[in-house]
Amino acid sequence: MSTTTNTRQAVPVGTWQLDPIHSTIGFEVDYLAGSFRGQFREVAGKLQTSGETPVLTGSAKVASVDVKDENLAGHLQSPDFFDAERYPELSFESAEIERTGDEITVRGGITIKGVEKPVELTGTIADPIADYTGKERLSVKLDTTVDRTEFGVNWNVPLPDGKPALADEVKLSAELFFVKEA
Amino acid sequence: MKVLAISGSLRPDSYNTKLLRAAEELLPPEVDFVLYQGVKAVPPYDEGDDDAQVAPMSVAALRSAIGEADAVLFATPEYNASIPGSLKNALDWISRPLATNTLRNKPVAVVGASTGAFGAVWAQADLRKVLAAIGARVVEGEVAVGHAPTRFDETTGRLEDESLREQLQETVDALLAEVEARALVPA
Repeated sequence: MSTTTNTRQAVPVGTWQLDPIHSTIGFEVDYLAGSFRGQFREVAGKLQTSGETPVLTGSAKVASVDVKDENLAGHLQSPDFFDAERYPELSFESAEIERTGDEITVRGGITIKGVEKPVELTGTIADPIADYTGKERLSVKLDTTVDRTEFGVNWNVPLPDGKPALADEVKLSAELFFVKEA
Repeated sequence: MKVLAISGSLRPDSYNTKLLRAAEELLPPEVDFVLYQGVKAVPPYDEGDDDAQVAPMSVAALRSAIGEADAVLFATPEYNASIPGSLKNALDWISRPLATNTLRNKPVAVVGASTGAFGAVWAQADLRKVLAAIGARVVEGEVAVGHAPTRFDETTGRLEDESLREQLQETVDALLAEVEARALVPA
């Protein structure tokens, strides 16, 4: 007797270009009593699954950092934080992608402020759909947490109790929407 | 290459200004050194004036001087354990608008002199913090000239302590290296 399973193990084949308008690459970090969030408006990426090993690449322009205050955006671009002048992009390239059903794990290297570190991102992947023009679209949502100080993003200020105002751990989130190349 | 020097002390016979002059001696001959003299004329910063189309002339002049310089060297005394109010006030003006101010990405270094034993180390630390918050590229390193009245030759103003001269040389070299590193970054 044989059994079959509906679990999908493969990433859909093709060259998938990131739709930068609908995709979001953001960050969230504990600050004072709450969380501080931001995103990068200019992003690029590609999911290439036609070869033997699927590869996900992505980047974000530091100068496009989007927060609720322009002065804060300026500080985030300064050498205190991302140093946009010297390191204009954040980037990621996968080494390995595993899919089990709707769940996906992507391992690779992330580069922030010129420092590359290995990272594992986990999240979900949806099956492709055809949009109203007939183009195939695919969504992948990924999260990970990094220690910003490992990338030289060290700014902080002590609170009256001696604890730091800004956490070292930063959650990175990517909601990626791809369009299949014809 | 042009280095702008800004003293946090307004006193004509300031030890911090002498320290900047000592730094000038240590610069390569091809580097232009400009000692800024206009901090005292900068009016109190009023955030309500941020939207004014025309900045006070003294502020415009300081912004222009910083904009034309490749690097800025600050020397600060320590008043009540921190930065002199006049210097902080000038920096508050310069910092606006924060996203595009003339100190953004500018290599800067901080040194300091005081009549006490510690050479304005607290003021230097505060000044580095302020400059980083403004968006400047703050060079690591510290030159703390304590007991300043005994450190400079009364006639020539020369910084007599060899160890301090070496520290000052290291700081100046690090500042110039940042300028050169910045020149390699594609526009």
